[in-house]
Amino acid sequence: MSAPMLSVENLGASYGAAQILYDLSLNVGRGEVVALMGRNGAGKTTTMKAIMGLMAQSTGKIRFDGHDISGRQPYEIARLGLGFTPEDRRIFSDLTVLENLDIGRQPPRKFSDGVPAPVWTEEKLLALFPNLGEMPNRPGGRMSGGEQQMLTVARTLMGNPLLILLDEPSEGVAPLIVELMANTILELKKAGVSILLSEQNVHFAELVSDRAYVLEKGQIQWNGTMAELAENIDIQRAYLTV
Amino acid sequence: MSFNAFLFQALNGLSAASGLFFVAAGLSLIFGVTRIVNIAHGSLYMIGTYIAYSIATKVGGAFGFWGGIVITALLVGLIGAAIEIVLLRRIYRAPELFQLLATFALVLVINDATLWIWGPEDLLGPRAPGLTGSIEVLGRRLPTYDIFLIFVGPFVLWMLHLALAKTRFGRLMRAATQDREMVGALGVNQAMLFTGVFALGALLAGLGGALQIAREPATLATDLIVIGDAFVVVVVGGMGSISGAYLAAVIIAEVKALCIGLGIVNFGGFTVNFSKLTLVAEFLVMAAVLIARPYGLLGREQVAVRSVAEPEEPLRPSTPATKIAGLILLVVLVCLPLIAKNSPYTLVLGIDVLIAVLFATSLHFIMGPGGMHSFGHAAYFGLGAYGAALLVKWFAAPMGLALAAAPMLALVGALLFGWFAVRLSGVYLAMLTLAFAQIVWAAVFQWETLTGGSNGVLGVWPSAPFDTRTPFYFLTLALAAFGVLLLRKFLFAPFGYAMRAGRDSPLRAEAIGLDVKRVHWLAFAIAGAVCGIAGGLFAFAKGSISPETIGVSRSIDGLVMVLLGGIQTLTGPIVGASVYAVLQDYMMRSTEYWRALLGGIILLLVLAFPSGIVGGFVKLISRRKTTSKAAS
Repeated sequence: MSAPMLSVENLGASYGAAQILYDLSLNVGRGEVVALMGRNGAGKTTTMKAIMGLMAQSTGKIRFDGHDISGRQPYEIARLGLGFTPEDRRIFSDLTVLENLDIGRQPPRKFSDGVPAPVWTEEKLLALFPNLGEMPNRPGGRMSGGEQQMLTVARTLMGNPLLILLDEPSEGVAPLIVELMANTILELKKAGVSILLSEQNVHFAELVSDRAYVLEKGQIQWNGTMAELAENIDIQRAYLTV
Repeated sequence: MSFNAFLFQALNGLSAASGLFFVAAGLSLIFGVTRIVNIAHGSLYMIGTYIAYSIATKVGGAFGFWGGIVITALLVGLIGAAIEIVLLRRIYRAPELFQLLATFALVLVINDATLWIWGPEDLLGPRAPGLTGSIEVLGRRLPTYDIFLIFVGPFVLWMLHLALAKTRFGRLMRAATQDREMVGALGVNQAMLFTGVFALGALLAGLGGALQIAREPATLATDLIVIGDAFVVVVVGGMGSISGAYLAAVIIAEVKALCIGLGIVNFGGFTVNFSKLTLVAEFLVMAAVLIARPYGLLGREQVAVRSVAEPEEPLRPSTPATKIAGLILLVVLVCLPLIAKNSPYTLVLGIDVLIAVLFATSLHFIMGPGGMHSFGHAAYFGLGAYGAALLVKWFAAPMGLALAAAPMLALVGALLFGWFAVRLSGVYLAMLTLAFAQIVWAAVFQWETLTGGSNGVLGVWPSAPFDTRTPFYFLTLALAAFGVLLLRKFLFAPFGYAMRAGRDSPLRAEAIGLDVKRVHWLAFAIAGAVCGIAGGLFAFAKGSISPETIGVSRSIDGLVMVLLGGIQTLTGPIVGASVYAVLQDYMMRSTEYWRALLGGIILLLVLAFPSGIVGGFVKLISRRKTTSKAAS
């Protein structure tokens, strides 16, 4: 296997005096969908925020597509082609669907080996998410949770990312939207985009992921292929099921 | 007054509204995106008037005037960008009050720079070439330039709306106003965006200033007057709403114009001079709006900004070392008359410093542990000072009685104003307290028959045995020490815990049965009463009291003292007040440009100690402790 798209080595991070992540290492290969599994409070969102530069990391090294991004500003990381869709979606509620997409716009980019990354436009995205296509001028604040979930993914795709940090896309949305999200992830994978997916739901992760890391108390407790995790009831019982 | 005259005044109001709108719009945009309340925005406006004056008179002609306005706006925009890059960019992560302190320091520096470049005289610009005439409206002559101004305001409003809706920069600004962190995570360089917004806001202020030179002379007093007006407009209109700013500018300008138009009116034997109400009218409007619509006419409840500053450290009871240090300090202060036998001025300064300490500590009581950022603490200082002085003037009251009345009057004022203020939070609370302070100030200034108006009350001298300096110093020391220790006692009583609980988490505090508003209201009243003692002492120390000593600048002095010392330590306000009072005294005597010097020092302190002087030392010490622990 060639050098991974994203590699995290010995990451530690804390909020004030409270340490959240301990010595966390993981990697995501090119074109891979990797699930980061764990219960609420296990540290999934914190991991993603630390990778994205949204909270200070205290230790460790993060590399993305050949660049060292440890300690870099979020906008610099985003401009290297790392996309982030937050769990709470963070749609700009005063802005319309099209305006929200415009905020995420970045120029087309290439992988470090010169292969062009998939390019997204408003037209493509509105076709990918037909619900959004029906309401291009609706303000973000007047959309349902599922619609907002689609918009946050579409907004990230406007930056033509090489890899997306997808934080709990199936949380709190209708089953129909969950299915749409699963299809979208597979669609993106087909286009060559890598994904680090944070998830609590094994069934959803199983649909889309190649490999999985299991997180508990800010540490990786287990890692392996998704198929192994799906069969390993003990691990699931210990770290995932409520 | 006839209906026509009424309409004429209304037109006048509209032309005044335009200038007000430009500054307020800039202020509002900057606050929306960067969350910085730029007190120096009035200064940028003032620079605009001076630069436009220079270009108009040096270059002359139509190009000098009209071209000068455009060039001025661009220049002030550049100055704004420079300020953002050199100063503000370094302090975005500092607590919001520190950002206020930094922009206030800029006010001082810019004012003195203007004095240095252009001199102290008022400068009257030329009349606008092409628009020197006037036309007859409703039987009166209205200058054509005023009519031009009436249209410029809405035109700029429309342009701003277009820019916000149709350009990428505008969309980024709107997005960043909601969630600037997310904008960054989408690949937008915030630093560039913030510089751009600051430049745009400064450009608007410069434009507003430049447009005024044909109507009013450029003067050094413009900065604080304009920023006061602009705050009112922004708060009335709703923070971050451009249309709200225009609406508020029109309402306030109209109310003022109507007050002038009404003049003296007789209500069945009761005469009210409305033209005297202009000073207080805008603050009355603001108080009314904030009470009825706490987030302004077109504003919305502020989304909590995702906090970038560190969480507040808990207060700790003083260690034995601190107690001993405090005791030593007290002994030194008691011995001061002996130590400074040969320099009588030291005692005068000592009295000033002690009064400042009492003033700052009482402000800190509600700002730090209470979390209520009052911008109008001068109100209670003024009520105390005037309460004491008026008793002496009208009833020849002895000093003891007058000094006892000072905190009482301040308490009544604080109970009244505090009841409204604790219903708000953040910038809105700050602005409402400012409004109340301005109302007190204006009342004192305008009610000549009672207060002596701008001359103030004279001859408020202490009675025996305190009529010489040393005994009065001891009296001041005793009252200051009493006040400071009393406030400290409150903070470590259950009442103080309740206050801090209410500050840190109002919802949880209420859930365990605390009436947060009531606790904060009482805290507000206690702070007001203690501040009243400082005011009463001040009146007797100076022998007089005048409106200018209880104006906005006193409130700001208090803020600077508290912030200099550091808001989350109890020794902070004491150190801050002492440093500030001594520095100010020393610099006022040593240089004409003391404001710039003071501003420069404040800027250096802000950049070097983002958590205040005492806070900075505490941090240094704790860092040393942790490193030595790690080493051992």
